[in-house]
Amino acid sequence: MNRYAVQKVGFALLALAALVVVVPILVVIGSILVRGIGAISVEFLTAMPRDGMKAGGIFPAIVGTVLLTLGTALAAIPVGVGGAIYLSEYARDTWLTRAIRLAIINLAGIPSVVYGLFGLGLFVIFLRFGTSILAGSMTLAIMTLPVVISAAEEALRAVPTEFRTVSASLGGTRWQGVRCIVLPQALPGIITGVLLGLLRALGETAPILFTVAAFYLPRLPRSPFDQTMALPYHLYVISTQVPGMPLQTQHGTALVLLALALSMNVVATMIRSYYRRRREW
Amino acid sequence: MVTLGRPKVCIEDVSYAYDGKLALRGVSFDLPEKAITVLFGPAGGGKTTLLRLINRLNDLVEGTELSGRILLDGEDLYAPGVDVAALRRRVGMVFALPLPLPGTVRDNIEYGLRLAGVRDRARLDESVFRSLTQAALWDEVKDRLDDPASSLSGGQQQRLCIARSLALEPEVLLLDEPTSGLDPISTAKVEASLLELKQDYTIVIVPHSVQQAARLADFTAFLLMGELVEYRAGKEIFTKPHDPRTEDYITGRFG
Repeated sequence: MNRYAVQKVGFALLALAALVVVVPILVVIGSILVRGIGAISVEFLTAMPRDGMKAGGIFPAIVGTVLLTLGTALAAIPVGVGGAIYLSEYARDTWLTRAIRLAIINLAGIPSVVYGLFGLGLFVIFLRFGTSILAGSMTLAIMTLPVVISAAEEALRAVPTEFRTVSASLGGTRWQGVRCIVLPQALPGIITGVLLGLLRALGETAPILFTVAAFYLPRLPRSPFDQTMALPYHLYVISTQVPGMPLQTQHGTALVLLALALSMNVVATMIRSYYRRRREW
Repeated sequence: MVTLGRPKVCIEDVSYAYDGKLALRGVSFDLPEKAITVLFGPAGGGKTTLLRLINRLNDLVEGTELSGRILLDGEDLYAPGVDVAALRRRVGMVFALPLPLPGTVRDNIEYGLRLAGVRDRARLDESVFRSLTQAALWDEVKDRLDDPASSLSGGQQQRLCIARSLALEPEVLLLDEPTSGLDPISTAKVEASLLELKQDYTIVIVPHSVQQAARLADFTAFLLMGELVEYRAGKEIFTKPHDPRTEDYITGRFG
């Protein structure tokens, strides 16, 4: 074989490797779509579950997941973006900032079930939030924080240093430069990062297992201190804990969860590409 | 010895190091009011560093060491309690590359004023007109004030950056090779407006060539490896340099 033939074989193998990534995604989405689409109806999306969850809808689980994601956003965005601004714009390279960065990296590597136990200990028991939306959102927020901070810091650092220098040279304080120039320019990147972090929170089961999720609660939550059903946990329950569950209901629930996640992903991608085209640097 | 004008900025025995490397070694001279002072010399001589010390832009850099004093109207710029943002409004800066901020032409001019708390529409409009006129740009952009600043040509962008500094009505204007990225026609326009501006402003410029230095200089300082080799009034330094190192540089023996 001459070296061009070798190269062709090499490229073919690499292409195959890339294809291996795509195939499972298509199979997963395809099979869930095919088996689950029949379960989707207005009743399924808007009614309470009945007959031991075998009939009726998954409305409280959808609402619960949306509320948990919103709660996570409410807690993770200010802390995460604030921390990222500090690290990117103000912090000098000291042992403290190095320790913070190390903590962020390690926080991202902790298994989600450990976050669940941590949330149980801190929010549910010690802070007496009880098994509640508040405790669940906080636990998910802590899990999401490393993603939000890293993404936001990266977006802030991508804004050219020269803008900060120019702002300072025109009599701006450091904060004025951040607020008027750097932050607006970094915003699309920050929003994308936040959405990707929330995406993870939306689909997690383990962190909400001990902190908020209700096995069967056919009503909507009444306050942040209330328990709620949530899609990922509900999916786990109806897949493993309830005998005789119709397969279509399981796949229908998975389809709803997938649709929520994908739509957030699409929004993130749209924001990113829209602003990338408008960017002036 | 030539007589200098009233000194606007006094540089007194300034040494400056970053990362332990000495960038300026005991530099002393005065920058006269309402005149163009040219800082020239080979790369790495400390021209830009000196410029950035005069409006404290080097504060943004970590790990630096400054000794000596820099006085503006007799007051130490580095004294404790100096309002750095206010100082930078008095001492404007134009960089080597045109760096328009995101936003429109008008946004760029108004940026500094807005940070300083100016909200009055009439005053902002007046500033936009005055500063663009001073920077010889008004006629070219008067119908494009609300276009993105990035849509201007390179030469226009650089004059916009000059106008942006002028909008704050600074007392001193620092320019770091402001025409290095410009074509000859734009360069000529910028130089013409500088010669106009020196009636009202104290101007310090790092030129991008010896020729430009000679065209603009009222006072000239030659910096070599962090040292002030020679400082003279007028353009004599280019024809009858006193120091052999100055002569070597001007006649093209190095640099």
